[in-house]
Amino acid sequence: MRKCSLDSLNAVFAKIAEAAELYLPVNCTDGSAAFSKWEEGKEWSNNLNTVKSPKEFFFPQTEDLVAFKTSGKNIEIIDTRKEREDFVVFGVRACDVKAFEVLDNVFLLKEPYDSYYTNRREHGVIISVACNRPADTCFCKTFGIDPADPQGDISVWKTADSLYWQANTERGAALLEKIADLTEDCDTAAVDAEKEKITKIMSKLPLANLTTEGWGAGKTQELFDSPIWAEMSEACLGCGTCTFVCPTCQCYDIKDFNTGKGVVRFRCWDSCMYSDFTKMSAGQPRLSQKERFRQRFMHKLVYYPENNNGLFSCVGCGRCVAKCPISMNIAKVMKKIGGKENE
Amino acid sequence: MQVNGYKPLIVAFCCNWCSYAGADLAGNNRLSYPADVKIIRVPCSCRVNPMFILRAFQRGADGVIICGCHPGDCHYTSGNYYTRRRMAMLFSMLDYLGIERERTRVEWVSAAEGAKFAATMNDFAEKVAALGENKRLEDLRCKQ
Amino acid sequence: MQAITREQLINKAVALLADGTVKYVLGWKKGEFDYDITPAVFETAEELNADFVWNDFCGANFSKYLVAKTRKLDGKILVFLKPCDTYSFNQLLTEHRFDRDKVYAVGIPCNGMADIAKVKEVCGDGISSIATEGDALAVTTIYDDEPVKVAVESVLAERCLNCKSKKHVAYDELMGEDGDTLDSNRFDEVAKLEAMTPDERFAFWQNELSRCIRCNACRDVCPACTCEKCVFDNPTSGVENKAPANSFEEKMFHIIRAFHVAGRCTDCGECSRVCPQNIPLHLLNRKFIKDINEFYGEYQAGAEVGSRAPLVNYTTEDLEPGEVFDRRDTNA
Repeated sequence: MRKCSLDSLNAVFAKIAEAAELYLPVNCTDGSAAFSKWEEGKEWSNNLNTVKSPKEFFFPQTEDLVAFKTSGKNIEIIDTRKEREDFVVFGVRACDVKAFEVLDNVFLLKEPYDSYYTNRREHGVIISVACNRPADTCFCKTFGIDPADPQGDISVWKTADSLYWQANTERGAALLEKIADLTEDCDTAAVDAEKEKITKIMSKLPLANLTTEGWGAGKTQELFDSPIWAEMSEACLGCGTCTFVCPTCQCYDIKDFNTGKGVVRFRCWDSCMYSDFTKMSAGQPRLSQKERFRQRFMHKLVYYPENNNGLFSCVGCGRCVAKCPISMNIAKVMKKIGGKENE
Repeated sequence: MQVNGYKPLIVAFCCNWCSYAGADLAGNNRLSYPADVKIIRVPCSCRVNPMFILRAFQRGADGVIICGCHPGDCHYTSGNYYTRRRMAMLFSMLDYLGIERERTRVEWVSAAEGAKFAATMNDFAEKVAALGENKRLEDLRCKQ
Repeated sequence: MQAITREQLINKAVALLADGTVKYVLGWKKGEFDYDITPAVFETAEELNADFVWNDFCGANFSKYLVAKTRKLDGKILVFLKPCDTYSFNQLLTEHRFDRDKVYAVGIPCNGMADIAKVKEVCGDGISSIATEGDALAVTTIYDDEPVKVAVESVLAERCLNCKSKKHVAYDELMGEDGDTLDSNRFDEVAKLEAMTPDERFAFWQNELSRCIRCNACRDVCPACTCEKCVFDNPTSGVENKAPANSFEEKMFHIIRAFHVAGRCTDCGECSRVCPQNIPLHLLNRKFIKDINEFYGEYQAGAEVGSRAPLVNYTTEDLEPGEVFDRRDTNA
């Protein structure tokens, strides 16, 4: 384990940025945080988390896939892919790191791999940070995630005056090597104390006792026709806030954009909350907001675990809980529709 | 029309009854106006949805001008009065967003005003050319 | 603190349910915390007693829900309306968006609603409970032993700080005292932007709009946006898009969104309330309102039922689009 003082953080960032593009949470003008490319003068945000999740680094909101140009009767197909340069993402929370695993299961499960996703995934180094101050909306523990022990290529703990670094992968170790001059060896006493503190706080959170009881693989028959879906979706506006701030939502649409001179084929995030989600020539499979609303939660808590050895595709980051315009969220759904144990 | 070597692309929405005929008259009278003015004929100036204007900019226009019958002379009685309000609001909003106000204009041109049509287009093209390329409402995908 | 209590509202709702005046009650339902409140339909006294809330976080405007609910439900609906909600209510009636006979509107006074983001700025994250104590909120967090007292006034939502009216413009019955329309400073922020140079304005909006994630929450919550099929969802419109591919599409969406409600927007402020990225969308809507007031005379959408919105109206003396800037520059 290595350590550096918080005062020297800027120098550490500068050193990392020499080797690869460095991204970290930075405060926006409105006080919220967003990942931004580090440059001299940019400071690491104190916010617990960013509004938009770091899934964007591997699965951006829009990306061009291929382009077409026509001349006469010929169509030229242009490969717009470019090799991603190495980059480092600093300050990823434990929940968001887990979310990468959820995305990997979708994009990298079997061949053919998603080459766009793979390209970014291979070039990114993740530096996670333990959560000193979890928020009321946090419930990562429900999904077995420990915010005191975040994963990723490197894990980092912050104390009042220092930052503690621990490499978890070869890539992480190689990066730590690069900043060896700025860090020193240390024991794990301070980190152990920090972990204990975080664990204690976690038990005090309002959603600390939320469980996945009643949810998971094989529950489709039992939950699909629950009359409670209608009640819970009653106020849903059908906006895409929950899906777009979610670190694990991975649905996308592929569309063509006519540039006037050719066509750019791109993909962009889609939301199961939208009326034209998975629209086919035969029409929409989910006609009412109730069905769309149900799809989102059933996907995260039943269908996904069914296909991925019981892994839930919610990581309890709390973004949707904080941001839903009508404050309807997965925690309420889990309690109301799931097992009686939650009541 | 060039200013500092820049040739702008202008989109002119012309109403079928007055301004389009005015453009025709300018042509018949062999009055010259920039060839970079692309005319789109619309049944009435009030057919021009704000979206049309934004889309023109997206596709590479540097300036957009809407021409219709003089107020009071609308073929449909009141269409251009609505245009007048809508465009006043839209142009004010574009300016509010920091987009150059000289890139948009409304001009009333009757079927008899071929000379006014040519003069308007010359003047507008010159003003837009002086601003240079439209950078603030551009879509880079359309410029590749 | 609100002038009317939760109990008074529940009693009113229960009485109206009991005497058959209404069959349903549209109200605020309590959530996991004390601030995450969801609009809901209540049908019985038991449901109301268990889950109905009325506190400083009941910001949601119910007017738009009436469009869907009056079509779906087969009985009269009781709706509680704050003064600003009544303007949206009237505007929707003007546009014939719901059947007035199916609604029983009860006006309730409002002292302004708190913005949870502002509360968190003061108290930090980790709120375990919020209680109302007079004009203050007692906020308990998991990090502090003692609750932190925050004056409601200091954490009011932007739209409430610039409240335009405490007067109800529509109701079947009014609870408590009616207020007056207010001389608010709601256009100050717009005027400040107008006074900037175009470059500054461009930079300002570029920064704000670049955060947009196109979740459409601003549109979906807006009581003026009630199209059955939005142009941005319509694959045949040519502008349908699900995500802003670049800064052009960000601007196009927000200009068109604001334009489509220009003259009909009552300035209820829901768009800014729900924006997950805190984009000051009300500044776009207020720009149109301010322009309408200056160019075509004072107009408040929703102040009365049946008035003709300024953009579907005209006079032969209207100013020319080219004169817009002359007028403003001489005013400035």
